[in-house]
Amino acid sequence: MTKPHLSVRGLHKWYGSVHALRGLDLDIPQGQVIGLIGDNGAGKSTFIKILSGVHKQTEGQIFFEGKEAHIARPRDAMNLGIETIYQYTAMVPEMSIARNVFIGREKRKWGVRGFGMLDHAAMAEEAMAAIADVGLHLRSADAPVKDLSGGQRQGVAIARAMHFRSRMLILDEPTNHLSVKETNKVLEYVRQMREQGITVIFISHNLHHVHEVSDRIVAFSRGNKVADLLSEETTVPHMIDLIT
Amino acid sequence: MHFKKMLQTKPEASAFLMLMAMTFVFSLLSPTFLTLGNFQIVLQPIPEIALVAIGVTILMISGEFDLSVGSVFALSPMVMVLLMAAGFPLPVSMIGGLVVAALVGLANAFITIRLGIPSFIATLGMLFMARSMTVVISDGFPPPFPRDLDLWWIVGKVDLLRVSVFWLLGIGILLGIWLRKFDFGSWIFATGGSQESARNMGINVNLVKTTTFMLCSMLAGFAGMIQVFRIKAIVPSMGTGYELTAIAATVIGGAALAGGVGSVIGAVIGALLLAFIENIIILTRVDANWFRFAVGAIIVIAVTINKMTRDVAARAKYKEVEDD
Repeated sequence: MTKPHLSVRGLHKWYGSVHALRGLDLDIPQGQVIGLIGDNGAGKSTFIKILSGVHKQTEGQIFFEGKEAHIARPRDAMNLGIETIYQYTAMVPEMSIARNVFIGREKRKWGVRGFGMLDHAAMAEEAMAAIADVGLHLRSADAPVKDLSGGQRQGVAIARAMHFRSRMLILDEPTNHLSVKETNKVLEYVRQMREQGITVIFISHNLHHVHEVSDRIVAFSRGNKVADLLSEETTVPHMIDLIT
Repeated sequence: MHFKKMLQTKPEASAFLMLMAMTFVFSLLSPTFLTLGNFQIVLQPIPEIALVAIGVTILMISGEFDLSVGSVFALSPMVMVLLMAAGFPLPVSMIGGLVVAALVGLANAFITIRLGIPSFIATLGMLFMARSMTVVISDGFPPPFPRDLDLWWIVGKVDLLRVSVFWLLGIGILLGIWLRKFDFGSWIFATGGSQESARNMGINVNLVKTTTFMLCSMLAGFAGMIQVFRIKAIVPSMGTGYELTAIAATVIGGAALAGGVGSVIGAVIGALLLAFIENIIILTRVDANWFRFAVGAIIVIAVTINKMTRDVAARAKYKEVEDD
């Protein structure tokens, strides 16, 4: 087996007296789509929040691309090339598409981060190019994100991750509340990313979507990993058995 | 289409239309309304209330609320006057007053962010505490305001206007540019628009909110100083009720209570609207007690118009052009 893209060893997370993650060991291979499944409270969200820098693990180590990674803040994760797209909190609805693509990583005409003049023209242009690169065609980068459909928002968030050359993408319930057509489009994005060698962690309650798009299935239950299988080795009914 | 787009993207658009309509109607109601002499009177207190409203607006864009601005409006200049009475020069005394205002903002931020108390409650507490401190430090009898100060640079008269109007213009333009054209301004909108999204994208939302809390308090303190300079006296009760006027101006100006929407120019237009209403009630000799009624009505009307125009604009929805 090739070197894993990301490994965690002995990962624990306590929220007060709640033991949410109980000594997780996991290897995620490079360039594959990993379907992460588990019932509510299984520890999926805790795991991805640690990887994306929203929470810090209580104990344990993370290795990314062979080196130990210390992820204390979302920016640390993004700097490593780990980008997380949350179900509801990936975008600021009132803000324009261009601003959303560059939130926190704005292009400046001059100045330093925190006190710099925005380069609106460059941001609009690059946002449009990034969106076109994932095969989404929007009329203008100035439209507010609230005017986009759920699938379009996923497209813009994925375009953002691609634009910043993320090497690992974590998708949290990306197909929730989407129409069939839009769901297919999002699954298509996931396949596109695998073709480009990006590792994808795909989290969903919809086991059919997970099974359809993933190379491997990792199942969590009660704060730990209970299965790590090739997708071909399992079926949706089997997956249901694993997590319940 | 263009008009609809403007209504949707410019939060102050409907307030501006209301201001125009009111100017027209009021000029019919009273021939004095549209005269230079009257505007001189109307504009006198505008910089003070508009500066407070700008601070409240920027804070509201970041998703928080400040009810303590009326008290800081008194506390900050009181500190300044007491420092002057103790023999400090004016610039040092002003800085002292502004530092106290900044500390109040920092305390508001700390209570809201670290202790997790809603800012409405946190700053309601501060409203009482800051007002109490104003009375306590002045011992009930504030020192007389020094008469021999040269205050032309801040409240002097230039033709019909006071210099303070130019301070408002300068500060308003700078903060407007900061909000719209600078990365930090973008973070303020992102933080108020969706705090979780902003945090997930690596924005330090606590820093953003602490900044807007402190800016809001300092603008209130500075505005209070302008009023003290203008009337050349200080009373511990000054600015009582200004928090509600400032919030009214902010909301009329198109800012959303939930955060993420608003503009500096909207705050100024909101302050102007309120001043116009007060003025026409005086000019037409309507019972002055109707003023509060008019303010209340205008808040409801303005917010309703804002909502309606946004709904209309949203119906002219942006559509994707799929190429497959």
